[in-house]
Amino acid sequence: MKEFEAASYDVIVVGAGHAGCEAALSCARLGQKTLVVTLNMNNIALMPCNPSIGGPAKGHLVREIDALGGEMGCNIDKTAIQVRMLNTAKGPAVHSLRAQADKYAYQNEMTKTLQNQENLTVKQLLVERLVIENHKVLGVVSHTGAIYRAKAVILTTGTYLRGRIIIGEYTEECGPNGQLSAKNLSVDLQKHGLKVVRFKTGTPARVDRRSIDFDRMSRQDGDKENLFFSFLTTEKNGLSEEPCYLTYTNEQTHQIIRDNLHRSPMYSGVIEGTGPRYCPSIEDKIVRFSDKAKHQLFIEPEGLDTNEMYVQGLSSSLPEEIQEQLIHTIAGLEKVDVMRPAYAIEYDCLDPLQLKVSLETKQIDGLFCAGQINGTSGYEEAAAQGLIAGINAARKLSQQEPLILKRYEGYIGVLIDDLVTKGTNEPYRMLTSRAEYRLLLRQDNADLRLTEKGYQIGLISEDRYQQFITKKTAIAREMERLQTTTASSKDETLQNLLTKRSSSPLKQGIPLAELLKRPQITYNDLLSLGLGDNTLPTAVAEQVEIQIKYDGYIQKQLEQVARMAKIENRLLPDEIDYQAVHGLRNEAKQKLNAVKPNSVGQASRISGVSPADISVLLVYLEQKRRQKENIHG
Amino acid sequence: MTEDTIAAIITAPGASSVGIIRLSGPDAIDIGAKIYGGKKDLRQMASHTIHYGRVLDIADQTMIDEGLFVIMRAPKSFTGEDVLEIQCHGGSVVLQKILKSVLSGGARLAEAGEYSKRAFLNGKMDLAQAEAIMDIVGAKTEKSLDMSLKQRCGTLSANIRQLRADILAVIAYIQADIDYPDDDIERLSAAEMQEQISQILTQVENLTDTIKKGQIMRDGLKTVIIGKPNVGKSSLMNALLGHERAIVTDIAGTTRDAIEEYVNLKDIPLKIIDTAGIRQTNDKIEQIGIDKAKSFLSASDLVLFVLEPMAGLTTEDEQIIAQIADKPVIYLLNKTDLDPDGKTYGQIQKKLGAKPLLALSLKQNQGLEQLETAIVEMFFGGETAIEQEVIVNNIRHWEALHEGANYLSSFLAALNAGVSNDFLVIDLQSAWEVLGKITGETIEEDLLDQIFSKFCLGK
Repeated sequence: MKEFEAASYDVIVVGAGHAGCEAALSCARLGQKTLVVTLNMNNIALMPCNPSIGGPAKGHLVREIDALGGEMGCNIDKTAIQVRMLNTAKGPAVHSLRAQADKYAYQNEMTKTLQNQENLTVKQLLVERLVIENHKVLGVVSHTGAIYRAKAVILTTGTYLRGRIIIGEYTEECGPNGQLSAKNLSVDLQKHGLKVVRFKTGTPARVDRRSIDFDRMSRQDGDKENLFFSFLTTEKNGLSEEPCYLTYTNEQTHQIIRDNLHRSPMYSGVIEGTGPRYCPSIEDKIVRFSDKAKHQLFIEPEGLDTNEMYVQGLSSSLPEEIQEQLIHTIAGLEKVDVMRPAYAIEYDCLDPLQLKVSLETKQIDGLFCAGQINGTSGYEEAAAQGLIAGINAARKLSQQEPLILKRYEGYIGVLIDDLVTKGTNEPYRMLTSRAEYRLLLRQDNADLRLTEKGYQIGLISEDRYQQFITKKTAIAREMERLQTTTASSKDETLQNLLTKRSSSPLKQGIPLAELLKRPQITYNDLLSLGLGDNTLPTAVAEQVEIQIKYDGYIQKQLEQVARMAKIENRLLPDEIDYQAVHGLRNEAKQKLNAVKPNSVGQASRISGVSPADISVLLVYLEQKRRQKENIHG
Repeated sequence: MTEDTIAAIITAPGASSVGIIRLSGPDAIDIGAKIYGGKKDLRQMASHTIHYGRVLDIADQTMIDEGLFVIMRAPKSFTGEDVLEIQCHGGSVVLQKILKSVLSGGARLAEAGEYSKRAFLNGKMDLAQAEAIMDIVGAKTEKSLDMSLKQRCGTLSANIRQLRADILAVIAYIQADIDYPDDDIERLSAAEMQEQISQILTQVENLTDTIKKGQIMRDGLKTVIIGKPNVGKSSLMNALLGHERAIVTDIAGTTRDAIEEYVNLKDIPLKIIDTAGIRQTNDKIEQIGIDKAKSFLSASDLVLFVLEPMAGLTTEDEQIIAQIADKPVIYLLNKTDLDPDGKTYGQIQKKLGAKPLLALSLKQNQGLEQLETAIVEMFFGGETAIEQEVIVNNIRHWEALHEGANYLSSFLAALNAGVSNDFLVIDLQSAWEVLGKITGETIEEDLLDQIFSKFCLGK
């Protein structure tokens, strides 16, 4: 192929999935001349798997993306066809928003946003290789030989690197839904010294809405309230709301799977990639949880203008004929028409230990990676990394320090720290249990945690920032008022309410804040008693209530943060050669040299580095320090 | 940091049939090879092999002894470094000569505890185990040695690991419940959580409670002997010690200062402090002794209050008894040979009320056995057997356990108050975290101080 110089940009983003969209938009919005390339212009922000955004931890990520000035929150708000707040029986830290998206609307809206973004060019092309000289990325070369130059490149290739689809004995080299796959790029990456691993994921069948017997399933509707992901959204999108349905597998389903396990590529060895444990295929579930009599399945709409329904929980790579047999054993799906069969997909991704915390690769200057290429799974995880990679590529070009979120600042911080510190040997999914400071990282306070940063970076408009400051001030003012205003023991309505709620009546006046701390009393009660401020926006009242009510636990978490902060702040210089640190075990030496952690805290999270290794490291640092002191003193 | 090679005689001094010299460090095997007189090249020999040969004096290549050369290569050795041990004949002359030869071959004499320091730094043992080694070195009695050995072998660590694993199991259920609200997964009911964590809390509290025993076993039971001058306090101490240590005369006020001794009493280390007799005096030096006695009194674990029949129970005695009302006290009536009909005994016992009085005649060597039994009864419920138990003897461990117990209690309180799972789990995480401090699995900044206070680490 004759190559030719085509054009030159500041940043090129390879891939326009959820990571690529955020990366491209943030670079362009930060003033970088940006090119985003996609294999297929019709597949921008494609949702090749589930038709939903959010859920535990993932919803938190979307809120954080929004608070930093990313796009995902706004886009799902525009295209949601059902929204629910999950975990409401539990505390506010784990309340999590989930929306069913109209997949096609979601894509359309994002495509519009991309195509109308200033500083951003969108092109349909396949990247064959990168231009790299002296460990520095200089651009990309397309399948048609066009050379596009750039100072930074962000790879957001999803599952398209040497993608291979598997349905039973049938396999096909392609991306999701039979898309083109990028066969040469991962070979090129390996040529430049990057380590590639192979992962596997899968998606369930899509079935025809008209052939489902919904009477045999239980219906699940969304919440009535106005619930939005973005702190900017104030009104519903006007799309009609759609229910989901719940049904179950049964013993007959399980028997069919057991009888045909030998035909499952997972068990016959056709699939080499490692799949995610937390999102197992139905055959995995039957094998691993053989004592369970049934597994639940959610039937979710793919959009308003399609009859396709997504069968959540029935992901499989069994041959199509077996899939047909087993799906027809399920209540409500006895006569269902399968429109697309379930399939597994294998793809290449990079070992994320090769990344810096900024998401730039350690080996190749200017090359950033985000999304599934880093070993994660999920739209939200991808978008979060895309946003950070975009911000950090732009900041690098402007000679600014990278944005690095700490584990106590956001789920995004946890996600990236986990990836670059621990690596992952299966597709990584965000879970609330991965965040040790969960109570501080609530979805309701994402703006309070991150919008200031977003503003300083330049992704939050002056207008939005002023709104944010107003909210922050209102919260502080109301907190102050509740702490300094007294609830009187002579207030009979109050005393009656307390008795009614079996909360002990007041013997003397107490601050309103103390009253609100009682589990039986809400801010709404204060309003009804005339002790609240009814001019406050709901979001402000909510913050005040949470911050006062859960103050004790919030303080406990802050203490945990402080305990860790000491070792987090003990920095490890990049130039330490861990091979030369006497006393470290060999595995620890190798891992530490590979990861090059920034701090003792990060070092302590590396798998293969034991507490004993950390004490050796602490002693080493202390001795270094004393030596230095000795020289200078 | 490049470590040098250290050497020491690791068998106890004195005549014995076998003695061992250990070398540890990068040059251990090289140095061993220099003093090895045999056909093989020790440097080429595999790890964990034994080689017979002559032991040579490096200076003139003459034979000192013959022995076995044991090679253990890093990291599979006690210190985690290359280790060479020379097993030769016992006796200090031979051993000293070999040690000298080894030192002139390039090794340095090991400091006390240096092997364990290296073992710890090389990740061969956790902090609790390393601390136990320090205790072994300073063990007072066989029982306290046994206790330290248990800790060295990781019995306490194993206990803590089990408790942490149990806590983690509950955490895992809660986390799964939070992460999968829509899935039909197995969940723990409040009652189940209550039961499991209560059990863990009981175990943590039981461990916490062993601190007193543990400290007694490690540091000795601080026992103060008090009483009027010349009632036989020093004689009692000497009787317990089995030899004459304190000056015993008939002249009241001979013991001007407090005297400290360790006694192994049925395997309990007793740290006995014989004090100056407490009385009104104009003698300045004696007064200093009396003041000291009073301060020892307040810091003591056990008071032995010695009386004698001639003086009986004076007002002065009764004042002191009032002062030590909250202390474990054993009252002793010495010189019972002067009270043949037990009349005085009866009178004093009446005055003491429920407090038991032991009859003692040190002169006739009577009553000591009963005293020892009474002490054991008082502190160990008659049992000094600690074979079955893990005992906490270290204040750092106690603090972590105590903190852990607090978090677990606050979990239970919150659970009963109906607080939701996502909050509850915070206390469990904290409990899990602080218990990990004992084994060093939770890494803290202060760890460094601990390490530096345990081991003298040079620049």
